[in-house]
Amino acid sequence: MDAYMPYVLCMILFCIGIYAILAKRNIIKIILGVVIAEYAVNLFLVLAAYKVGGRSPIFSETQIILPESMVDPLPHALVLTSIVIGLATTAFLIALAIRLYGKYGTFDITRMRELRG
Amino acid sequence: MSKEHDRGMTVIVKTVTRLTVGLIFLYGIYIVLHGHLTPGGGFAGGVIIALSFMNLDLAFGGKISAKIFSKGSTGVVEALGAVMFLALALIGLRYGGFFDNFLHPDGDPGQLVSAGIIPLENIAISLKVGAGLFGIFLTIIVLQKFESEKK
Amino acid sequence: MTELYVLLGLMIAGAIIAIEVKNLLSAVVAVGIVGLGLSIIFLLLKAPDVALTQIVVEIAAVILLIRATLHREIAQKSCGTRPFGAIMGILFLGLAVIAALVTFSSGLSPFGEPLMTVSEFYPLNAIAGTGATNVVSSIILDYRAYDTLGEATVLFTAVIGVLTVMRSVGKKKEEDLQENNE
Repeated sequence: MDAYMPYVLCMILFCIGIYAILAKRNIIKIILGVVIAEYAVNLFLVLAAYKVGGRSPIFSETQIILPESMVDPLPHALVLTSIVIGLATTAFLIALAIRLYGKYGTFDITRMRELRG
Repeated sequence: MSKEHDRGMTVIVKTVTRLTVGLIFLYGIYIVLHGHLTPGGGFAGGVIIALSFMNLDLAFGGKISAKIFSKGSTGVVEALGAVMFLALALIGLRYGGFFDNFLHPDGDPGQLVSAGIIPLENIAISLKVGAGLFGIFLTIIVLQKFESEKK
Repeated sequence: MTELYVLLGLMIAGAIIAIEVKNLLSAVVAVGIVGLGLSIIFLLLKAPDVALTQIVVEIAAVILLIRATLHREIAQKSCGTRPFGAIMGILFLGLAVIAALVTFSSGLSPFGEPLMTVSEFYPLNAIAGTGATNVVSSIILDYRAYDTLGEATVLFTAVIGVLTVMRSVGKKKEEDLQENNE
């Protein structure tokens, strides 16, 4: 089980994010939950790419670096794309939250139904 | 005019921003141009460039960068980045396929001018990401001002 | 890898604080802790590209979140939990533990030994194939440029969404102002 310990901690982080999305009433807390869950997923992909004693996937002019000693570069590329998409979706969620606040005067999602009209 | 001076943060923040914002902007350009050699690339560099404009806005109260960039011109720059990226991909069709690296034989690996169309694509991505992010930021600031002025 | 565990513990503590603290501004700052710890972890895991992007994006996200929560009297109000949602959350946690046990016992390769059957190709051929010394850059802009094209589309859609959601308010208020002036 010791070999899987980083994965377990990463999963705990993801569960905290999911708990915030499901259980919280404040819409800002829900956005924070989405952000935390997204960080956990990114972290999981990069953890899966790590090789013990590996090097960064960057070649050098002055130094000879063997390609076999590099960590897996493919998840890095996928995570790089995912991070920027995450920022864009977070900004969209914030815009929606500000608009909801302007309409209902509260961040509480349970009171938004009552104040319709 | 005195009202303009009252906007934004304190004198310390304004002075430090005046000294450092150019360096931040230059660092963003460096990250973009060296994206195929060192860590970084279009995504990080574009966000750094957008952050330098955000720094100006936050320190001086949201009126400074409106003279350089309006909300419409961020949309224009973003569309320019997207069109540049797509055009590079479409020119590749002439040489063998979508996203074909048609400039590849020019330059040695490790030099600034190398790796074919990857630096150009980095520039396109940085324009797109930076302008899009700064447009989002401007929009949210403009709305908040509207609200506070009404109250 | 002791520092990895220390940073992961810090991130989990920051996440719990962010979820449970009453003040919304403190919650946003605690999420900043999580993101910066994540950036240092990426650096430890030999992913400098991702670490640079993560730290920059984290700063931008915290700025936007603080903009959303600042100047609002509601920021001090406590936020309760929904009992039904809490039950569902705990149920999900149980399901996640079961799924993790199944995954760890059967398929997943242990930490530090990646399954590099396909992606072995990229470091071996990046210099000869594209001429870029940064392998990650050669993947996102040459081998897998379609991913970047899709990312650009998503970003474009998100920007249009933000502009649309925010614009309707401004336009309405402008009309109101014009009516008042008339």
